[in-house]
Amino acid sequence: MVYLTIIRDVKDLEFLFKDSMKLLVGGFGLSGTPLTILDAVATFQAGNYIVVSNNLGDSGQGLHKVFTAGKIDKVIGSFFTINPEAIVAWSAGQLAIELLPQGTLAEAIRCGGAGIGGFYTPTAVGTRLAVGKEVREIDGERYLFEKAITGDIALIKAAKADKAGNLVYHTTARNFNPLMATAAKIVIAEVDTIVEIGELRAEEIITPHIFVDYIVQSTYKKEGGHYIDSN
Amino acid sequence: MTATSREIIAQRIANELQDGDVVNLGVGIPTLVSKYIGDKKIYLQTENGLLGMGPPPSDLDIDIDLIDASKNPITTTVEASFFDSAFSFAMIRGKHVDVAVLGTLEVDQYGEIANWSIPNQPILGVGGAMDLVAGAKKVIVASTLFNKSGASKLVPKLTLDSSGERRVEQFVTEYASFSFIGEKVYVTAIYGALSFAELQERIPVQLTK
Repeated sequence: MVYLTIIRDVKDLEFLFKDSMKLLVGGFGLSGTPLTILDAVATFQAGNYIVVSNNLGDSGQGLHKVFTAGKIDKVIGSFFTINPEAIVAWSAGQLAIELLPQGTLAEAIRCGGAGIGGFYTPTAVGTRLAVGKEVREIDGERYLFEKAITGDIALIKAAKADKAGNLVYHTTARNFNPLMATAAKIVIAEVDTIVEIGELRAEEIITPHIFVDYIVQSTYKKEGGHYIDSN
Repeated sequence: MTATSREIIAQRIANELQDGDVVNLGVGIPTLVSKYIGDKKIYLQTENGLLGMGPPPSDLDIDIDLIDASKNPITTTVEASFFDSAFSFAMIRGKHVDVAVLGTLEVDQYGEIANWSIPNQPILGVGGAMDLVAGAKKVIVASTLFNKSGASKLVPKLTLDSSGERRVEQFVTEYASFSFIGEKVYVTAIYGALSFAELQERIPVQLTK
C-alpha cells in the first residue's frame, strides 16, 4: 500500500530529516524549485547534507538559504557559477562540489529511479570532467561511464496535486522534478494547488501518485519576474 | 567587443539556418540569432525542457516559471511542447537537434572548442554545454575573432579546458566564417574589414581559401 500525507504546516516534516542525508532538490534557476520546503529545511536541526540539484538556488532564494544556514557539505550539480557564496565556500574548503554536465545529471537521476546502475554517454569524453572515469568504445564511438544517482529525500515542486498524490507540472518548471520523484526513498512535493481525486485528467498526469509520500501547499506566489512568499 | 560585431555574427548565423531546423541557442551571441530568423520556420529547443520557444513576453505577461536556459522569461509557439530534463537531453544527445549555436572562448585548428571554463577562475559551471557539443547534428560556434588583448581565438592548440572531443563544423566571427573539414581550416566567407592575407597574418593557424 502507498499512503499520501497532506501536510498542513511544513514544519511538521522536520522528523524526516537526519544528518548527512542525500537530498535531491528540483528546479532550474528558481523555476520549479520547492521554495516553501527549502525555507523550512534551512531552519531544521539536521544538516551536513549532500545535495543533488542543478544549481544552489538563485537570488538568495531556494537552496541558497539552506546553504547559508550551513547545512550543506557537498553539492552535486551542473551550474554553480551563479552562486558566488558557494564558490567562496568551495575555495575555503568548506563545500565540496561535484560538477556534472546537465544532461549527465538528469540521466543519472532518471537511471537511479529506473533501477539502472549507470550508463555510457558521449558527453564530456576527453575533458577534465572525465578524469578518473571509465571510457569505453562502442561501435567506434567513445563513451564515458556515469553512475546512477539516488537520494534519501526528494524535494520537488509541481503545479497541482490531487489528493492521491498525482502531479502535474507547469511549463519549464517541470525540469528535474519528475525524475527526482522516482529516485528517492521519501518524496515531498510542494504544489500551488491541491484538487480532489478525479479532477486531473489521467492523460495530463506526469508523476503517478505512487511516487509521492507528502504534499505541501506552497506559500509562494508569482509576481512579475519574481517568486514572493505570501506568508 | 561592440554590440555591432555581436549583431553581425548573429545575423550571419541566422542566414546559415535551414527552414525546418531544430535549433538550440546557447548563452550570449547565440541568443541574438533568434532576432534574425525572419520568415524561416525554425523550432527553438531550450534544454530546460521546451521545444518551440517564442519571443520574450511583455513585462505584463511574464510567467517566471517559463524561462530559457539563461533564465530569461520566454513565450511558447503554437506547436510547442514541454518535457523533463532527461527527455530534453535525450533529444540533444540522441541527435534530434539539427544545430546547436554556442559561444566559445577558443577553437583549435581541428574545430575542438573550449567554451565552459573562464580563464583564471574556478571551474564550477558547465550546464548543458558539453551535452550540446557531443550531441547536436551540427555545431556552429559564435564569437568575436580576437580576445580583449587582440589575440586570435582560433588557435593551434586549446589553452583552456576542452568542451569535448567532437569537432565543430563552423566558427562564425565578425571578420570571417571558418569551416573545419578534414585537417584543414577553410575560410568560407570574408566580411570586409580584413583580407585573407591579413587574417592569415593575425591567426596562428594555417588557413585555406
